[in-house]
Amino acid sequence: MEHTVSASIGSTQPKKKKKIDFKRLWPLYLMMTPGILYLIINNYLPMAGIFIAFKQINFSKGFFKSDWVGFKNFEFLFATNDVYIITRNTILYNLFFLVVGTILALACAILLNEIRNIIAMRFYQAVIALPNLISWVIISYLVFAFLGAETGFVNNSILPALGIDDWIMWYMEPKYWPFILSMVHFWKSVGFSSIIYFATIVGIDQSYYEAARLDGATRWQQITRITIPIMMPIIIMLTLLSIGRIFYTDFGLFYQVTNNSGALFNTTATIDTYVFNGLLGIGDIGMSTAAGVYQSVVGFILIILFNYLVRVIDKDQALF
Amino acid sequence: MKNENRGWSIAAHISMILYTVMVIIPFILLISASLTDQKAIYANGFSFWPSKFSMAAYEYILSADSGILRAYGVSFFVTVVGTALSLIITALLAYPLSRSIMPHRTFWMFIIVFTMLFHGGMVPSYLVWTQLIHIKNTIWALIIPGFLMNGFNVLLMRTFFRNTIPGELIESAEMDGASEFRILRSIVVPLSTPVLATIGLMQSILYWNDWQNGKIYITKPELFSVQNLLNRIMEDIQFLKTNMPAGSAAAMANLPSESARMAIAVIGVLPILLAYPFFQKYLVKGIMIGAIKG
Repeated sequence: MEHTVSASIGSTQPKKKKKIDFKRLWPLYLMMTPGILYLIINNYLPMAGIFIAFKQINFSKGFFKSDWVGFKNFEFLFATNDVYIITRNTILYNLFFLVVGTILALACAILLNEIRNIIAMRFYQAVIALPNLISWVIISYLVFAFLGAETGFVNNSILPALGIDDWIMWYMEPKYWPFILSMVHFWKSVGFSSIIYFATIVGIDQSYYEAARLDGATRWQQITRITIPIMMPIIIMLTLLSIGRIFYTDFGLFYQVTNNSGALFNTTATIDTYVFNGLLGIGDIGMSTAAGVYQSVVGFILIILFNYLVRVIDKDQALF
Repeated sequence: MKNENRGWSIAAHISMILYTVMVIIPFILLISASLTDQKAIYANGFSFWPSKFSMAAYEYILSADSGILRAYGVSFFVTVVGTALSLIITALLAYPLSRSIMPHRTFWMFIIVFTMLFHGGMVPSYLVWTQLIHIKNTIWALIIPGFLMNGFNVLLMRTFFRNTIPGELIESAEMDGASEFRILRSIVVPLSTPVLATIGLMQSILYWNDWQNGKIYITKPELFSVQNLLNRIMEDIQFLKTNMPAGSAAAMANLPSESARMAIAVIGVLPILLAYPFFQKYLVKGIMIGAIKG
């Protein structure tokens, strides 16, 4: 549409040299001002603020007047075992969530598509998407209702039923948490992410299935030979885009659901929680800031890399 | 063939019913806990049906000194004002970038996309908002940092404006002497309700559910949102448990009871549960608009 308009204008008046017509454009620039100002303050100034990772942060001197220490904060950070733990946890959780989450969401979408009763299908879809809208604080309460030591449902009802008499101090035992966090993550996100896959399945041309049925294909064959191959491009795109974000975690899951319990550090600390705890004064601010820069830089490289891969495969799906 | 399809359909129904039950069960435990008598909770723990029914938790919440009604007010204010401001600032940036007469569009788009790729991180953001802007302990701290506008929403809205609003319509309005602000207000916005509803919905949920800004920027209890109040209560309990293992009864007595805490969580999630049936269909549409970005 736009092309026809510009073409008709182009034909009536000869193309002038490109010069910004402020008389006509100033209202548009005025409109953009708040948004651009916001991006400068909220996004670009903090990017510039990365320099504080090279300072010895001293609260009494103030952040801007603190002394320069070069790469000291990074040296301290990488000398600890912490950086290994938080990197390992961040990457392993993300990979596990990505692989299993995709399979579950896909399975969920395929099953939804098998339901012919529209009302039932809509109802299921609505209910399973709901957890994604619940805040992490509320979810931490839901989890606490199950796992709280003295009053939790598991310690009071499930363990006795299984013949286990001792309470488990869930928030003190790191070994259970990879399982608990995965359960909570899938509970929150699978239904919601299945919606995208479901919409793609609904859009598949029915004639493929009709032809397959005429050839005597079973339902299972139709799913594995038609549905999944057709879904493959979108699965690959979403997967690559998620891998690009592998250095960033769903912060609320690791911070709120664990009640930020220090005893669980080994299996639940991620780069985000490490930085946040440093900021709030529970950890070392210098090392946290360095960890934040480490996250920004590696994260940026990964995003660019994987977006480039997406671009090679399908230009329209790429972020830029 | 018929039988095979029926088999699949039954299997699908069973799986989905199981899934639905798994989604609902935690909420039932929460609601039941909020309606259980405090002593019964200590005796039997939380259960799916109140062993001894009590409304004490809700009476506590409705009493003025719990601070919960105030937190509720803060949450509502932040959600409504935040969403409105968010839509305005996003539309004001997206509209000029959707106009073909706008020069240097590639440059401006790069400025926006780059914010989606590289982040300064939490500590520098904190410094900018507290040392330069002095936003700490104001209601704006819950609205502005991080959430007010994001590149993704700007791109979403710009694409919508470009693809659905006929260029001729804007051109002819310009011929008639309408100002750009007038065009945005009287032509573009009325024709863009789907994208405005989608982004408005996402922003409302974001604001209602946020606890991070409150945690970072708010230390005054009177500015706590519901989420921050809940977060603070949970933290106080953890703190008392780890630091005063014995004889903490006196300190614990000042905190809301177990059932009252669960009741606060119930009313914290209630607005979302009540509004959900009405906005659910927009949500699905919104995900699709988001997935098929231009």
